[in-house]
Amino acid sequence: MFGLFGLSYEFRWSVLWVDPHLTWLLNGLSTTLRLAAISWIIAVLLGIIFGAMRTVSFRPAHAIATVYVEFFRNVPLLVWLFFWYFGAPEVFPEFLKQWFIRHGIEFWSGVAAISIYHGSRLAEVIRSGIQAIPKTQLEAGLSSGLSVIETYRLILIPVALRLIVPPATNESLNLLKNTSLAMTIGVAELTFAARQIETYTAKAVEALTAAALIYLVLCLTISMIMNKIERKYAIPGLIARGTGAEH
Amino acid sequence: MSFDWSVIFSNAKFLLLQGLVGIGVYGGGTLRLAIPAILLGFVIGIILGLARMANRPWIHYPAVLYIELIRGVPLIIVIFWFWFLVPVIIGRPIPEYWVALTAFVIFEGAYIGEIIRAGIQSVPKGQVEAATASGLSYAHIMFDVILPQAIRNMIPALVTQFIVLFKDTSLASIIGMMDLTKAAQTVSERELRPFEMYLFIAVVYWIFTYSMSRVAHRLEVRMSPDRRP
Repeated sequence: MFGLFGLSYEFRWSVLWVDPHLTWLLNGLSTTLRLAAISWIIAVLLGIIFGAMRTVSFRPAHAIATVYVEFFRNVPLLVWLFFWYFGAPEVFPEFLKQWFIRHGIEFWSGVAAISIYHGSRLAEVIRSGIQAIPKTQLEAGLSSGLSVIETYRLILIPVALRLIVPPATNESLNLLKNTSLAMTIGVAELTFAARQIETYTAKAVEALTAAALIYLVLCLTISMIMNKIERKYAIPGLIARGTGAEH
Repeated sequence: MSFDWSVIFSNAKFLLLQGLVGIGVYGGGTLRLAIPAILLGFVIGIILGLARMANRPWIHYPAVLYIELIRGVPLIIVIFWFWFLVPVIIGRPIPEYWVALTAFVIFEGAYIGEIIRAGIQSVPKGQVEAATASGLSYAHIMFDVILPQAIRNMIPALVTQFIVLFKDTSLASIIGMMDLTKAAQTVSERELRPFEMYLFIAVVYWIFTYSMSRVAHRLEVRMSPDRRP
């Protein structure tokens, strides 16, 4: 029992492990992980491509990447979710729209919004990583007879990826936490499941606590693993690079 | 699919006045939420950042726990939490605006606290030692020596965080507060013009966040050590 000012709230934690509530939570967790994993892979690819493009001197490539990064990362993810779910399908060709509707349009709109938004943010992280590499590395690569693309692929990007492990981890955790917004377009992920339990049982505190704990465990586990990776792949002779907190 | 951009002009007053500024029957408003949230979040952030660096364990550990717990949880969970918990604690529901403001301050305070700590730790130790040797008190050292230098170092990260907070205010629409996002949602449901509507508010958000990021960039250039005389 928990009460203040004559009002009381009775905790009933058992609502979490009776079925179907437990199944909802577990299915929600699995959707969260699937949404985060697919979006993360696309976001990393977008981030590498556009982050690298922002560092080249070829003007059109630089301009395209700048427009992408500056527009997409400066608008709230929630607006992008609504845009990709309610707005964008309207302009798709009919067959594409039908395919998406058959294959769970909520989920794929979520993937589009999250991966494009976080791709633009990862691009900034990767750009700063590449720019932290001395320019002589690029010059050395070019004078050894490598093309610009080869120098990026073989020298700059691999080194940059090792430099940016801490901020990239931060950004990946943000992506994971931000998948919770997909509940607003009806993706049955973890937060959605918690709200569903709340609707059926009126036990909001228990349901939200369960979801919060799951997110917390996920985040802590990932950051512990990434700490190990950071130490393993740290470039010898460089001080560990800290970054600003952002989410 | 043909576009009808006139839907923006016919609803501009509602979107900008009610949604963005918060003048109208619904209360709310993106700016009316973002500005106090930024100011209060900054205050809580300074307190948390200093508390986390304190030597006394009963101040240090609660601050660490608070920051790490909040940073491991999505903002929307924190908002829902307050939304459901506050009526239980005080016995009556409070308006969405106040729920959102409380949740934002609590949430962003943890992130700003980390920035403050990083900024303070970026001040060379010699400064503290010199100040201590000159016989200054802790408060003098903190407020007259460390913080002025630390704040200069953390301005870029702080402005970035304020941009994030500004974007995060869109989450208040999920609990029904009438902000720019909720206003666009309302209009788009009535007019059935989601593409135009969401693209329009994307541009409105962008104008604010992009100008903030230009300010941050200019400060960063001006304050970088190479430019200092």
